[in-house]
Amino acid sequence: MAEQSVSRRDFLVKAAQGTAMAATGGLLWVYLLRQEARAHPFALRPPGALTEKDFNAACIKCGQCVVSCPYDTLKLAGSGGDLPIGMPYFEPRKIPCYLCPDIPCMKACPTGALSPELKNINDSRMGLAVIDLENCLSWKGLRCEICHRECPLKGKAITLEMHPRQLSKHAMFYPIVNSDACTGCGICEKACPTTEAAIRILPHSMVQGKIGEHYRLGWTFETEITQDFKPYEAPAPAPSDAPPPKKAPGMDYLNEGGL
Amino acid sequence: MNDLGGYSVRADALASTEKLHKRSIGARVWSWRYIVLRRIVQVGVLLLFIGTAHWAWQYPAKTPFLSGNLSASKFIGLIPMADPFATLQIFLTGHVLQQEVLIGTAIIFGFYLLLGGRVFCAWVCPVNMVTDLAGWLRTKLDIRAIVHLPRSVRYFILAAALVLSAVTGVAAFEWVSPVGMMHREIIFGIGFGFLALLAIFLFDLLILKNGWCGHFCPLGAFWSLVGKAGLVKVRFDKTNCTHCGECAKVCPEPQVLNLKKIEERGMVFSGECSNCGRCTALCPEGSLAFDLRPLIRKHNARAEQSAV
Ligand code: SF4
Ligand code: SF4
Ligand code: SF4
Ligand code: SF4
Ligand code: SF4
Repeated sequence: MAEQSVSRRDFLVKAAQGTAMAATGGLLWVYLLRQEARAHPFALRPPGALTEKDFNAACIKCGQCVVSCPYDTLKLAGSGGDLPIGMPYFEPRKIPCYLCPDIPCMKACPTGALSPELKNINDSRMGLAVIDLENCLSWKGLRCEICHRECPLKGKAITLEMHPRQLSKHAMFYPIVNSDACTGCGICEKACPTTEAAIRILPHSMVQGKIGEHYRLGWTFETEITQDFKPYEAPAPAPSDAPPPKKAPGMDYLNEGGL
Repeated sequence: MNDLGGYSVRADALASTEKLHKRSIGARVWSWRYIVLRRIVQVGVLLLFIGTAHWAWQYPAKTPFLSGNLSASKFIGLIPMADPFATLQIFLTGHVLQQEVLIGTAIIFGFYLLLGGRVFCAWVCPVNMVTDLAGWLRTKLDIRAIVHLPRSVRYFILAAALVLSAVTGVAAFEWVSPVGMMHREIIFGIGFGFLALLAIFLFDLLILKNGWCGHFCPLGAFWSLVGKAGLVKVRFDKTNCTHCGECAKVCPEPQVLNLKKIEERGMVFSGECSNCGRCTALCPEGSLAFDLRPLIRKHNARAEQSAV
């Protein structure tokens, strides 16, 4: 009898030890996974990448996208770094994505982590360019606009806004990024001549806000409006037989001299 | 070493051991044939990946020769390959896998199903080079065991990897795998993966013999399960075996060489055997040799006949 109870006790202790070990090991494992795989706020992924959470699930960490990129844009994250282990990413200030029309990285991906639904590289949304207005040369009034010139979608992703200045005759040309067209390729970030890039690519989740559904923008025509409101009517064009302007063409206020 | 399935040491067994220790230099070198071959294959596979990633090896023109790594790859732009254990985990996260990786999985699964699952371990896995070195050094330095663990732990870890993949939504082993760290970082550049390997090396060397590969690695466990059905097996010829036990001394999974059990089946049937060839190259009586599973019965019958 006594022997039996000892062996039962033994068994229970063994079972408890086993369970404790399994539980500790399991928790440690889950902790490690959460540390590694939490959606990383700064990582920029190759074109067509699924949202960060799905991407973490789908990517098998094979690096075939890395091998297929002709510009060496993509890297696989090493272990122990800041970025989730073994996943492809790029740093635009080092090498941006040059938006290959045939998207070789996406085609090389065997798992669908880079989604084949991306048909046109210009539809990719790797991130969003953000301008530091305080350090952008153009916003300081210098004629830089390099980002605008280099942008493969110039005129759509970056536009220039002309602002006359009160104290100088030289207008300012403000580069403005339009989120509906910017691919996040980072060519602008690479090209920016400031010591630290004044235009940078960040994941959308880091920069984009969201207005509540309840806001009604009364002045946009598509919006339902509550008062009688007459859309603005353009004034009738001047009659075509009007007299020619007095000033010669090319004479504008810049050439009139004197402040 | 006199408990080999109930056999006690016999005089001819001592003679076998004696024979082994007195072999000529030539015979000694010849007995390294599998280890040399294994290293060539292991390093060769890595080299093909490295060449493709770093020196843009191409074949046919403009197509990467062997792109990717051991998790998933593509050979000459035509044949996809993928690690079935990794894809199984990804499948469990709920991601719908694309056709290419499924075909690749089937190819690799079929390949090792034919060759014997843990052929991956002994012939391809780069971690094996580290753990082999630790095991060899441990024997040389005669470091005694300080802990014992059942070798079945790995199957629990395997099960945990699958459950955790489903629970956490990421491929649980792939995110912590030292195997992945090693080949990825050799092929794609250095991180801190070598620290994990150093840990495995020290653990194997000082704490538990064959600790990682023989007790923990869930990938090895996965291939052990697949390997049960393998076609290439180590045939056991009981007619000339003297039960000297030298095979079990060199085997990293000595439990598979339980002579009484393998005598019944005429081969090393356990999936935990990695077909590393250590025992076949070493056996002083030539009782162990690679063979194809369907032929083993016939060959053993013939051996018995000629012995009679
Ligand atoms: S689109 Fe071209 S440049 Fe950009 S990451 Fe893919 S392969 Fe590289
Ligand atoms: S090719 Fe796809 S699965 Fe492989 S590393 Fe790149 S994104 Fe991940
Ligand atoms: S990241 Fe810069 S260069 Fe690329 S599309 Fe956007 S604004 Fe243009
Ligand atoms: S047990 Fe794991 S680490 Fe060891 S050789 Fe096999 S796959 Fe590699
Ligand atoms: S039984 Fe032989 S071939 Fe199999 S693992 Fe052991 S030593 Fe290697």
